[in-house]
Amino acid sequence: MIHYILRRLGYGVLILIGVNLLTFFLFFTVNTPDDMARLNIGGKRVTQEQIDKWKAERGYDRPLYLNRAESGVKQVTETVLWERSVSLMLFQFGRSDSARSADIGHEVSKRMVVSLQLAVPLFILQVMASVSFALLLVFFRHTRIDFWGVVLCVLMLSISSLFYIIVGQFFFSRVLRLVPISGYAPGLDAVRFLILPIVLSLLSRLGTEARLYRAMFLEEIGKDYVRTARAKGLSEIRVLFRHVLKNALIPIITSAGSYLPYVFLGSLVFESFFGIPGLGAYVIEAISGQDFAIVRTMVFLGSMLYIASYLLVDIAYSVVDPRVRLQ
Amino acid sequence: MMMAPKFVLLWTDAVILGLLLLGVVYVWHVRRDVSRRATWRRVFASPAAMGASVVLLAGFGVAVLDSLHYRPRLPGPQVVYDARTHSVLDAMLAGVGGVRETSYSAPLAYQAFAQDAVEVNGVLQRGYPRLLYGGAHLTAPPQQWAGDIAWRTGVGLAGGALVAALGAWAWGAALGRSGLPWRTGAAVFGVMALAGGVAVSLAQGYHVFGTDRTGNDVLVQALKSVRTAFVIGSLATLATLPLAVGLGIAAGYFKGWVDELIQYLYTLLSSIPNVLLIAACVLMMQVFFDKNPDLFETAAERSDLRLFMLCTILGLTGWAGLCRLLRAETLKLRELDYVQAAEAFGVGPWRIMARHIFPNVVHLMLITTVLDFCALILYEAVLSYVGVGVDPSMSSFGGMINLARSEMSRDPVVWWSFAAAFGFMVTLVLAANLFADGVQDAFDPRARAFRPRPLPAKA
Repeated sequence: MIHYILRRLGYGVLILIGVNLLTFFLFFTVNTPDDMARLNIGGKRVTQEQIDKWKAERGYDRPLYLNRAESGVKQVTETVLWERSVSLMLFQFGRSDSARSADIGHEVSKRMVVSLQLAVPLFILQVMASVSFALLLVFFRHTRIDFWGVVLCVLMLSISSLFYIIVGQFFFSRVLRLVPISGYAPGLDAVRFLILPIVLSLLSRLGTEARLYRAMFLEEIGKDYVRTARAKGLSEIRVLFRHVLKNALIPIITSAGSYLPYVFLGSLVFESFFGIPGLGAYVIEAISGQDFAIVRTMVFLGSMLYIASYLLVDIAYSVVDPRVRLQ
Repeated sequence: MMMAPKFVLLWTDAVILGLLLLGVVYVWHVRRDVSRRATWRRVFASPAAMGASVVLLAGFGVAVLDSLHYRPRLPGPQVVYDARTHSVLDAMLAGVGGVRETSYSAPLAYQAFAQDAVEVNGVLQRGYPRLLYGGAHLTAPPQQWAGDIAWRTGVGLAGGALVAALGAWAWGAALGRSGLPWRTGAAVFGVMALAGGVAVSLAQGYHVFGTDRTGNDVLVQALKSVRTAFVIGSLATLATLPLAVGLGIAAGYFKGWVDELIQYLYTLLSSIPNVLLIAACVLMMQVFFDKNPDLFETAAERSDLRLFMLCTILGLTGWAGLCRLLRAETLKLRELDYVQAAEAFGVGPWRIMARHIFPNVVHLMLITTVLDFCALILYEAVLSYVGVGVDPSMSSFGGMINLARSEMSRDPVVWWSFAAAFGFMVTLVLAANLFADGVQDAFDPRARAFRPRPLPAKA
């Protein structure tokens, strides 16, 4: 087990190096630091001195890949690529490109807490709601309830999440005035602000997930052990909860696990629509402000979380299914 | 003398028209092949898929009409063409779309949404100004308006009913004996004909869905958004295919270090949060466009190239899922007897992959393509919201929703733009989803077991 985890972590590091190279290529070669400087300083006439100053302030004034002015190992280490990559790997994200130049690491750790407040309850409720809705449909399979339930699912998954947000905000905040339209407050007060995004996000994904889980349960329900369970006189509810749910856990974990990285990164759209100052909103601000340093950091963090959550999923497999051995 | 316009073939036009051609060729191909015909028959045997295909065809028709672009020649002795690019759809909607109001107006309104200084009997006072197009033919609007709307609706319904009846007759004649659920198709067509008839009739004198902040007709925008949605849905999925199919089959067939390398590549790609990767690529593309302004002649070409590049980016970043699927399938297929036999006969690896493995994974490609189509239409809205979607000057559902966000917080509420985007988008995505389900059922027998069976035969 330990061996397996270590090997997976090693592969993860390889992937991270690849991600780092890819984003570096995208951000520094497809357009050079000079372009970035021009973009960030803004204005029509930007002098070369201004660009050089901007680059020097952020440490972009060295050669990108190979420093020919130096000798030996320093040819590689005295470059933007080396310096950026090593600092990313050490979680020193440096400052953002924009004029305000905030420290990214500080900002990320501050916003992480907010994102988790939204994401953790959402994730748990999401899985619970989808699984129970799917179980309900399976319980009533081959009836009108199942048919219309699936119709509802298809209808719900055909609606863009943006519609849920706009209609939800309009209805619950403007017409009924139950919760504030947007914003955030720390502490217990946050519940008032978070409840609407959680409910709406839940609804927007319910159709997709419930339909998926329904198919998984139906696949299990055709198997022999279910017939045996019924034959020994178990009630349908018991069959569903004790046997089918337990055996369908693996695909459920897979599907929920693929959603895990987004839990940490925050729901991009939901956070920014509801003015919740989490990581998702941070990313959107960075994109609209064309702040490449932040985007690069978030890409790095995001893929790290992806690797971590897939490792977690694998470990979870071996916990719920004794047949799975990690090696 | 009619002056010849200059025809413009934008990148995405070529895609839409190519898709049309591909569709025609494929249909012709399927008609000659017994087993394929049987599979597609299974698709259309489902009433939902049949109805959905009618909606999708109508949407695709709009997209094709909006993909025939030209620049009219300006009057004058010299040969000068208009800087704006028009499409055939624009020309057809010239009556409605050609006249721009000053700002918001409600659906079917004859006066503007906001008050302004109006001259009444030579005196300036605050009031609702009349619209330039909507209800401009009315002399005494408050008395005539309701009657006029009712009359036009009636005419539209009658015209729509006529078309619907003709359509139903044609459907019945063509498919009546085939055993396919042609009635569903005819019914869907009838509903669309009725709605279309009413819309066309009302649009002769009003803005059916009102106008937006800059006074543009919302219905025209919604129709033009359909094309954007089709381009994104189809081109982005098509763009994933070469990489996904090539690499997926190669990984599964060669195994060993080729497999390791390809696995590494797609793990790398899928480990990056999708929105971020796309955003990063789009940002880079924007910088590149800003640096090379001489790449495009007109604004339309610029926004079109941006759409094309966006789809390419979506394709280059989105092939991991299908690739993984095809690799797993190829790993299974390559152990089968006929592949082993081909190997024993000394058939080369490329020939085996092309002749023996590829045809057996086509159904997976098809299913993934139609499923991705829906997902991408929805995704476009999110990307536009994030600010990395299509060019703001191009009509798209994402752009409409984005604007609607601030409109919904106005008081009184400006709801029509949002409602139009919602209606069109849900119809399109729902149809695409139902069609995708039908395709999946017909091509993947495993999925069929999980369909809800509506009514069990009661004993």
